Amino acid sequence: MNPNNYLVLAGILFTIGAFGVLVRRNAIIVFMSVEMMLNAANLAFAAASRITGTLDGQVVAFFVMVVAAAEVVVGLAIIVTIFRTRRSASIDEANLLKY
Amino acid sequence: MNGESVVFWVTAIFSVVGALGLVVSRKAVHSALWVAFAMVNLAILYFMLEAPFLATTQIVVYTGAVMMLFLFVLMIVGVDSSDSLIETIKGQRAIAIVLGLAFGVLIIVGITATASPTVIGLVNENIGYGGNVQGLAHLIFGRYLLAFEATSALLITAVLGAMVLAHRERWAPRKTQSELSRERTRSGQVTPLPNPGVLARSNSVDTPALLPDGTPAQASLPTQFQSNPDDGVKEVTS
Amino acid sequence: MTAALIGLPLLGATVLLIGGRRTNTWGHLFAVTMSASAFFVGLGTFVSMLGRPAEERAVNQHLFDWINVGSFQVPFALHIDQLSMAFVLLITGVGTLIHIYSIGYMEHDANRRKFFAYLNLFIAAMLLLVLADNYFLLYVGWEGVGLASYLLISFWQHKPSAAVAGKKAFVVNRVGDVGLSLAVMLMFTTFGTVTFDGVAASAGKASSTSVTWIGLALLLAACGKSAQFPLQSWLLDAMEGPTPVSALIHAATMVTAGVYLITRAHAIFDLSSTARTAVVVIGAITLLLGAFIGTAKDDIKKGLAGSTMSQIGYMILAAGLGPVGYAFAIFHLLTHGMFKAGLFLGAGSVMHGVHDDVNMRHYGALRNVMKITYATFGLGFLAIIGIPPFAGFWSKDEIISAAFGQNFIVGLATLIGAGVTAFYMTRMMTMTFFGEARWQDDVHPHESPSTMTVPMIVLAVGSVFGGMALKFIGNIDAWLEPVVGHGDPAKEVSNTVLIPVTLGVVLLGAGYAWFKYGRRPVPLVAPSNVRLLTRAARADAYGDALNEAIFMRPGQYLTRSLVWFDSKAVDGSIVGLASVIAGVSSQGRKLQNGFARSYAATMLGGAVLIAVILLLVRL
Repeated sequence: MNPNNYLVLAGILFTIGAFGVLVRRNAIIVFMSVEMMLNAANLAFAAASRITGTLDGQVVAFFVMVVAAAEVVVGLAIIVTIFRTRRSASIDEANLLKY
Repeated sequence: MNGESVVFWVTAIFSVVGALGLVVSRKAVHSALWVAFAMVNLAILYFMLEAPFLATTQIVVYTGAVMMLFLFVLMIVGVDSSDSLIETIKGQRAIAIVLGLAFGVLIIVGITATASPTVIGLVNENIGYGGNVQGLAHLIFGRYLLAFEATSALLITAVLGAMVLAHRERWAPRKTQSELSRERTRSGQVTPLPNPGVLARSNSVDTPALLPDGTPAQASLPTQFQSNPDDGVKEVTS
Repeated sequence: MTAALIGLPLLGATVLLIGGRRTNTWGHLFAVTMSASAFFVGLGTFVSMLGRPAEERAVNQHLFDWINVGSFQVPFALHIDQLSMAFVLLITGVGTLIHIYSIGYMEHDANRRKFFAYLNLFIAAMLLLVLADNYFLLYVGWEGVGLASYLLISFWQHKPSAAVAGKKAFVVNRVGDVGLSLAVMLMFTTFGTVTFDGVAASAGKASSTSVTWIGLALLLAACGKSAQFPLQSWLLDAMEGPTPVSALIHAATMVTAGVYLITRAHAIFDLSSTARTAVVVIGAITLLLGAFIGTAKDDIKKGLAGSTMSQIGYMILAAGLGPVGYAFAIFHLLTHGMFKAGLFLGAGSVMHGVHDDVNMRHYGALRNVMKITYATFGLGFLAIIGIPPFAGFWSKDEIISAAFGQNFIVGLATLIGAGVTAFYMTRMMTMTFFGEARWQDDVHPHESPSTMTVPMIVLAVGSVFGGMALKFIGNIDAWLEPVVGHGDPAKEVSNTVLIPVTLGVVLLGAGYAWFKYGRRPVPLVAPSNVRLLTRAARADAYGDALNEAIFMRPGQYLTRSLVWFDSKAVDGSIVGLASVIAGVSSQGRKLQNGFARSYAATMLGGAVLIAVILLLVRL
């Protein structure tokens, strides 16, 4: 069982998450894609921790989770606020910084 | 063909399917469910990687708390809302596919180009520390104490931020109970209205209840279906 | 004292120009006084010069060190000797007479004061030219007279033709000035000095090619200033200026500066037979060309201008004959100065009487109403065609005989020139003063006031007696000999044959003109179907057309193509660069379309790039 498989899986998940960020218009689905990317990174850290035989990778993955949780909190609050004013959750609506 | 590889391949395929489901679903709620599915599979993978604490935290925090948050917000935004999958920005989908493929191929090539590493494994570590949790605790409260303190500050800030953002300013003073009751008395409708279905004669939402004298009670209809009593019953589309 | 000669008219010019309109009432009298005082100073100098023996007559007055750059030393010094003395008397004498004439001629002009200021300026510059002790200072005077000529030709600025004529004169003169600059530079590099004495002393040590080139450059300068071929086109246009200007500058003095230059540089020309031949050829061509042009002109001033061109051709030709001819050239210059100025003043008087009309076809039978003008003009006429004992006979015949002594063809050219001169002058005389009156309506010709007639009378006296006085009393050959050297008389042809032949040719020309114009009535409008030669003469022998085709058009095309190149290529490249940048930036700004997803795509692209680089570095 090649331990690289876990890393390859992490790469695939990351790519799919990135694709989701680029393609979907609903802000919440974009956010979920970002969560997917973070999870992929976590997986990579855990696999690396096992390969090297130290627990540092897991510690980092733990911290990533904490930060991701905090980020979700604030991000969703922002989305709710925007939704209240604009009545729409499409991120394409926020295009006032165009040329 | 040992147990680890079997579990790995199954969960890997499931998590990829979940991720793809996230990306291609029309309804937002479906996407959320696919994500939860993928995360549970990842938790299984963490178990395989000798990280039991991480796996549990994944299920409890991520799937449990974070995804529930998502679902709550979805309910606020509109559960039924479905996105059209037509791309409005020109060339965005093509660029996304190209870049995504390029990135994926690069990562995979980068990873597989190296020889497969020897796995040292975490068994000794865990024993050395007296267990996975103890080992993690050693590290978190030891070497990574500063990061721990910083993330706790971060969490507090996040909570404050959420409170500030979600706060709704109250422009008028809150009506006291005595004011409310006075309003009710003045309006003529003192008692609360009957709950939905109390005076119902049929299952249909647009069939009004009958008053004691036999006339239809417009107040029993949902607002959208109320009509002018003189014109007969007709649907008012909102 | 010599400096006062230049200083007095210069003072006059300065006072009148700076004083402005405040000096309007007395300005002209002040100018006349300055010019007359300069004449008297010159006369005094001349008398003192007569008192000294011939070897000591040259005086050098060093005023200050002017240019002191390394080995290039140019002093501001004045040199007065027999040659410059003759010129000084001519310039100040004829100049003062013309100043007096202008009082009456320019009486009705509002800018009379400015006119006198420019006249004084001209006198000062011309005196500087002839009194300079080195070629560089001569150049200063050269430029000064060019400036004065430009100012005076275009004096009536409101007339576009006058402005154009002034510009043309200046530009053509400039071409000649290039020759003088080149000559000065060549002198400096060859001899190390530019003073007359220095150049004359070291002329023998230089190579013959450099001497020839200096001589040719000086010839170019003389052609420009003296309106010789090929730089003759400006002289006829210069008649746009007021008649006193034509008389003073373009007859008596400025146009003779070229002759002065060649004579002064005799040390150069004596050593180079090539340069001398060039001078003779140019002189011969011009004397015939000027005479040819003069035959078909109906404008009295233009006819006299053609005559001037031709007579100066005689002088140049004589100067090119070597030491035998310098004295004759100066002799003819002095007599020509007198009778040509008199002829021009007479023409001015005629014009004054017929409301400034220059067309001779509108004249006729003026001898009855303008008697003094008729008499003075007639005496000048006799002088110019060379009837003895008037002034022109003595000087012109010397030139013709010296020309025959040099070369038969050159002599023949001078002889033919004399005949044609007689022809067109007689034509002019008959059309103006004889025949029937062809005056226009409400033109009542009358005699001019005395301020105009007195100078004309003085000049007429000069035309009558000047030749004999200069030859017999003044002995001009001997007078100039210390300056220009001695000519070899053995080269001359015997006078007993030449004088009757010349007289015969002259009378033939005069008689033919009398027959054509005196016997038959003159048409009021110039006939249009004429022979090719007449048409060529009317068009100044196509000199202007040639100049335009050879020089002006290519220059114009060059300028136009440069302008096109500048606006399209130079400006275009700059503007093009700007528009390229603007285009690129306007395309570039479309990247900022405001959509977060596009920016996310860019971020992913950057991440891909970094991944590629990392992989390349690793691998």
